[in-house]
Amino acid sequence: MKMKMRHYFKPGVVLAMVLAGGLTGCASGPQPLYQWGSYQPELYKYFKGESHAAQIAQLEADMQKILASGKKLPPGFNAQLGLLYAGEGKDDQAMKAFQAEKSAFPEAGPYMDFLMSKKKG
Amino acid sequence: MKRLLKWIALMAIAALATGCASHQPYDYAAFKAARPRSILVLPPLNESKDVKATYGMLSQVSVPLAESGYYVLPVALVDETFKQNGLTTAGDIHAVPLDKLQKIFGADAALYVTVTKYGNSYQLIDSVATVEAKARLVELKTGKVLWTGSAVASNANNDSNGGLLVMLVQAAIKQVVNELSDASYPVAGMTSNFLLSAGRQDGLLYGPYHPMYATQ
Repeated sequence: MKMKMRHYFKPGVVLAMVLAGGLTGCASGPQPLYQWGSYQPELYKYFKGESHAAQIAQLEADMQKILASGKKLPPGFNAQLGLLYAGEGKDDQAMKAFQAEKSAFPEAGPYMDFLMSKKKG
Repeated sequence: MKRLLKWIALMAIAALATGCASHQPYDYAAFKAARPRSILVLPPLNESKDVKATYGMLSQVSVPLAESGYYVLPVALVDETFKQNGLTTAGDIHAVPLDKLQKIFGADAALYVTVTKYGNSYQLIDSVATVEAKARLVELKTGKVLWTGSAVASNANNDSNGGLLVMLVQAAIKQVVNELSDASYPVAGMTSNFLLSAGRQDGLLYGPYHPMYATQ
């Protein structure tokens, strides 16, 4: 019996158990950078020509949830709402949305400026 | 016996070594020199028989690219901008000069995607929705190709339980279901995720918003 105990607690076995324990911590994977809500499915609906009002409602609801959890809206989210607002003639809201996209992601600057200048013209 | 074991071990190591040597890792020199922050995804070229391919793919590229750490330009707005300039087909869009793209969109790089397979294939004992795509990332300032990749995914039935008759009937049903339920769409999501996720072998490098940016 004594010999069996020593076998199980050999240094190599203990190290393997510690590594296994550490690795299972990694099993859950890294956190995603963003919360997306239904952004991609709503994009598909946009491309299929479905109701803009319904898409706005869904994205606004998603936006509330994402912001309430303290997260930042992902790339394109504000801008897509801007596109939908513009399509409904809500130009002020569209401009605010494009500006929000630009504030959140400086890389969006040139394109958002382009869109906002077109709207003003 | 001992010598035989030693010989087998040496042969095994040699086989492993040559196996490892046969894969040429992607040369990231141009990619690392460019370090693009933003990616303009153009509407994908469609070489499949299914008209839904272009927008099926385009609507599912944003998540993997942004999660890899890049700013992805909003794909529906980009598509509208092209339309308003009289460019409605992916072929025409892919032919737009790089300097024009950079002037309007201000992105560091453009992603040219081609969908080579999209749709259902009836294969007697299974009906399979397959989406295959390839992509090329081009630096807008220089025209250099920073990265190329390809991926394929399907909803093939891995469960071969039930006899031949059961499989034939299930395949016929699955073909109808695939057609009615736009089965290629979720498969396109899998293809896009695999194609555009950083961190896999020969995949995109992590972008500036990712914690692992510049670690590769």
